[in-house]
Amino acid sequence: MRSSRRSAMLVTLPPLAWIALFLFAPYCLLFCYSFWSLSEFQQILHHFTLANYAHLFTNPLYLTVILRSLRIAFSVVLLSLLIGYPLAFFLAFHAGHHRVLLYQAVIIPLWISYLVRAYAWKVIFGNEGVLNTLLLWSHAASHPLSFLLYSPFAVIVTLTHIYVPFVVLPVVASLEKIPRELLESSSDLGARPWQTFLRVILPLSLPGVVSGATFALLLSFGDFLAPLLLGGPSSVMIANIVANLFGADYNWPLGAAVAVVILVIVIAILSVTQRIERRERLA
Amino acid sequence: MSSHPVTVERDAAAPGAEPAFLRLEDVGKSFGAQRVLESISLSIDRGEFLTLLGESGSGKTTLLRIIAGFEQPTSGQIFLERQRLDNLPPHRRPVHTVFQSYALFPHMNVFDNVAYGLRVRGASKAETKSRVSTALAKVRMEAFAAHYPRQISGGQKQRVALARALVNRPKVLLLDEPLSALDANLRVEMQSELKELQRELGITFLFVTHDQSEALAISDRVVLLHRGRIEQCGSPREIYARPRSVYVATFLGKSNLLQGTVRRGMADCGIFTVPVRCSDGPTLFSLRPEAIGPASPDTADGLVQFRAQVVAEQFHGANTLFSLRCANDVELTARVAGPLHSGGIMNFAFRAEDCVPLESTEKD
Repeated sequence: MRSSRRSAMLVTLPPLAWIALFLFAPYCLLFCYSFWSLSEFQQILHHFTLANYAHLFTNPLYLTVILRSLRIAFSVVLLSLLIGYPLAFFLAFHAGHHRVLLYQAVIIPLWISYLVRAYAWKVIFGNEGVLNTLLLWSHAASHPLSFLLYSPFAVIVTLTHIYVPFVVLPVVASLEKIPRELLESSSDLGARPWQTFLRVILPLSLPGVVSGATFALLLSFGDFLAPLLLGGPSSVMIANIVANLFGADYNWPLGAAVAVVILVIVIAILSVTQRIERRERLA
Repeated sequence: MSSHPVTVERDAAAPGAEPAFLRLEDVGKSFGAQRVLESISLSIDRGEFLTLLGESGSGKTTLLRIIAGFEQPTSGQIFLERQRLDNLPPHRRPVHTVFQSYALFPHMNVFDNVAYGLRVRGASKAETKSRVSTALAKVRMEAFAAHYPRQISGGQKQRVALARALVNRPKVLLLDEPLSALDANLRVEMQSELKELQRELGITFLFVTHDQSEALAISDRVVLLHRGRIEQCGSPREIYARPRSVYVATFLGKSNLLQGTVRRGMADCGIFTVPVRCSDGPTLFSLRPEAIGPASPDTADGLVQFRAQVVAEQFHGANTLFSLRCANDVELTARVAGPLHSGGIMNFAFRAEDCVPLESTEKD
């Protein structure tokens, strides 16, 4: 009894220590910083103040950027679902013996550096990029389309490209979990194929959709690289603001306050999606 | 589909005016090089309770799935009341299935599960509600309408699956080993419930099972399938009492197999000679253990007698299986209600017609 308790301690202690040291402590620190302030000489004053939060909520810049980030993130989710769900459906039900190959094709891009893939879109969307060259050559456009790069459009396309696999994989998993007799039973009872899809397949795949969408939503919301590389002034996202506050302005307290707000938004989103997922699983 | 003339409440069994209600014509099925069904031809009457009986791999489930429309036959045709069935997709066939796993929709409660077939066909809210309630009452599940499948027991799921199929008033109900997941007592209870329900509704039931006692207990007619062929087809009594082949004799219950030689209507089996009606030559005979009994002193004519020693017994409660050693070391099994003196040598008898000649076309 004693020794089993000791071995249980040995197993649980390292991860607990890891969580305490690298997750809990930094969050506490972040939280503390957000209530401190900066002196005129860029020194941190360790006095409690709500000035950072007051600044954040009164200056329209921050709210605008947060809302824009959410808008971009939701666009990415929508696009990823529009592309990912049919792909997952095909993979789960119709791919036959090409299944493994297609599955690999979805997964392999995940092994390639995010940076490389973001740069690839720069090459495609640039003024002298692949797409514009093609359009000029085929006389589909008389001059290069400049809205392609350095725009929310470029950011959304890049993020969608990167997060589609995060949607496809959980959706495939939930589609494959549906017993085939349920589909047979549905058509046996007189349902046409589209009715079977709407009434049986779609509801039963919702847990996968929700977890895939959550992934894409949260990762896009906090994304920093795509707007940095492909976005212009009109597509600055909230993570860029945080990076600037910490790295360029050295205003750590304000940066920490923005980070806490992001954290609260993320936790709110997660609690909503988890509630949906739990309800789906129970039903 | 408004073309369903059958109502759940009314008896639809009409006296056999038409030739055949459901007709299979030379239905065959291969999966690649593997032949699963040889050409099966079968006529099923309206309101009949027909059982497809066979071991796993006999093709019984494949045949059911072909009638339901989940598999395409490689050859042959299926007709339901003169309507060609085999080229319709499953959702357009007036035939419903009760699956072995019940296949209830886990994200819908009992009511919504039963209402499914009506809703996809666009039935009105009022009609759906009244028909679902009636169907649930019929299987005594009305108190569970709001429960989800994970909240009810196996037997209850079984009833819901039945109600879900019957609420659509199918012309034929296909049942794929629906009782195999239930424990023994519940199973016997459900057997009689199924039979009662079928009689009451007059719907044609096509029941698949590998359990021979289940098949004998509930069917009007049994089709015994073996290696994708119909081995024998008939009423439970007929198929049990007059097995046509060694396979049927041994698959359905126990049987003594005796090698004999027939000459001019008399079969010589070594221990005894029996009058039989079959052509001359060496023949295998089946003699059911319960056909053999101890011979009484005033044994009537028409009984065949032989002498044997009781060498072993196996008590089964209602009766006992005795091993009898006869002349030439031939062993027979007899099923007798009362006790017999173990080790004793005595006379036994059976009726001549219980000794059934078997076809010698066995390819094993």
